[in-house]
Amino acid sequence: MTPATLLVTVFFFVPALILFILSLTDLASSNFSEPWHFIGLLNYQRMFSDRFFPKILGNTIRYVTLTLIFFNVGLALLLALLTSYINRRAGFFFRMLWLLPRITPSVVYIVMWRRMVQQAPFGIINQFLGWFGLSQQPHLLNEHPWLFVILANGFVGASFGMLIFSSAIESIPKDLFTAAKVDGASTLQIIRDITLPMLRWPLLFVTSYQTLSLLVSFEYILLLTNGGPGLFTTEVWALTSYKRALSTYFGTNQWGYGAAWGLVLVVIAITASVIYLRVFRFDDLVQEPKIDVL
Amino acid sequence: MTTRFETEQKSGLLQRILTALPYVVLTISIVPIIIGFVWIIVATFSYRTQGILPINAQGKIGGLTLQNWTFLLDAKIWRVTFNSAMIALGMVVGVGFLSSLTGYALSRMNFRGRKTFLGMTLVLHAFRPELLLIAIFQVLLFIAGIPIAGKAFGFNTVGGVAIVMVSLELPLGIWLMKGFFDNISWDMERAALIDGASRFRVWWEIILPQIKPGIAALAIFNFISGWNAYLIPYTFTIGTKVSNLSVFLNQFSSDTSPMGWNQVAAVGLFQLIPILIFFIFTQEALLNIYGGGTKGGA
Repeated sequence: MTPATLLVTVFFFVPALILFILSLTDLASSNFSEPWHFIGLLNYQRMFSDRFFPKILGNTIRYVTLTLIFFNVGLALLLALLTSYINRRAGFFFRMLWLLPRITPSVVYIVMWRRMVQQAPFGIINQFLGWFGLSQQPHLLNEHPWLFVILANGFVGASFGMLIFSSAIESIPKDLFTAAKVDGASTLQIIRDITLPMLRWPLLFVTSYQTLSLLVSFEYILLLTNGGPGLFTTEVWALTSYKRALSTYFGTNQWGYGAAWGLVLVVIAITASVIYLRVFRFDDLVQEPKIDVL
Repeated sequence: MTTRFETEQKSGLLQRILTALPYVVLTISIVPIIIGFVWIIVATFSYRTQGILPINAQGKIGGLTLQNWTFLLDAKIWRVTFNSAMIALGMVVGVGFLSSLTGYALSRMNFRGRKTFLGMTLVLHAFRPELLLIAIFQVLLFIAGIPIAGKAFGFNTVGGVAIVMVSLELPLGIWLMKGFFDNISWDMERAALIDGASRFRVWWEIILPQIKPGIAALAIFNFISGWNAYLIPYTFTIGTKVSNLSVFLNQFSSDTSPMGWNQVAAVGLFQLIPILIFFIFTQEALLNIYGGGTKGGA
């Protein structure tokens, strides 16, 4: 118990505090050995007046909403409905396949995507286009960076919602479906009038949880495009924070400035999580896993 | 009579299409992932690939080889593999041990600060580690300055990476474990306590065997996230001596120019093998842990 408390304190609470203090200083690798200078809210001023600030904000919103709508909730719901509609073992099999991207090491996963989007004759997508007699495209990642950022993230993200939704669907009492069928309801009617209303809470949960996850995640973008191609094309907020503070390409780690970017996100994340802890009575959700039924 | 028969047939056909439709949609949707895996396996064993086909020097299909696997003779790869394994094992043991002890205490004992601690881990669970990297960096630099501990757990050490990852995973582990303990009946435990067994002995001999499946699931989950870890090792280490497989692979794929896709694929497959083995043998546990637990990320 004590060691757990100690570790959690050292690597969660202390960092949160340090992040806050850092954001008020101009600490960077260039003045690392000197004592910290406090410069008040200058970092924040600099951040909001950054020339690319609107661009980055727009990117973040675009990334979060599009991935969320099309994959983490949309596709996830579709997959959950389909896999619970078909034969049980087959549904299980497809769910397993969808877990693959999630358990694949991120670096390997991104190498696959990078190979897919290459120009002919190397790229996989272009090869398929060729087989179907369609014209060859140039390097797809440079042409449509957003499409592939969202695809790569979405294929990982969809499985989370899929699992939550399908376990929720399985826990709907079977009597309801039987009754509806006896009354002559079609499959679509059953989905619209029984399944979806029963999924309201899981839907809300996945939406809010994944919004938060997407907001702060940048690992796949870092690996796939590193914010490029060009200037800030696919750079999102969390990636900016990370790059300013820790990316060492130019040897200039502006820890203070990066911390300011990060802290704003932390504040957003905390507010959001406090709200959704209230709404969802999080205890119940965390206890929900039926792992002991293995 | 005939009309009825016809409508039945029609609805039978419609029924069959409706039954097949989900399979078709599901299969199409998963195709990109399958193709990715097919490519990585094909590429590993060929000199060069175009799309997903192996191509030989004459531009025909063929040209299979094992030479992409020569990286296995390099001492460096074993060093980073060892580091990856250490991080993964550190997570399995560290998170498993600490969270099962803490979970037990939270589930069974009443002590001052229990409520606070529970609330705290809950908020942390929602708190995103990715955002704290900058500050953790400073903490690790500080630890590196401490004489003996600095060598083992400071910045740019495997121990440091492992300990950070363990800490970040702990809130989730503690909550899962507490859930398991809550579900176990209290009778056997009380009997043992009345017979004079110590708390620790009860925990070790009576309770833990009962939640073995839960511990196994948590261990699998932790092994996979430790083995795959990229961001934290990448941020907190410099050089192959302390980096892990993911970092090595990424370095390798951006260093070689023109990029040796096939060697990269080989290293990638090498990293994938343990994961795929886990995948095949522990599917059910995986489904449950990812469904119930919450891995961050996208």
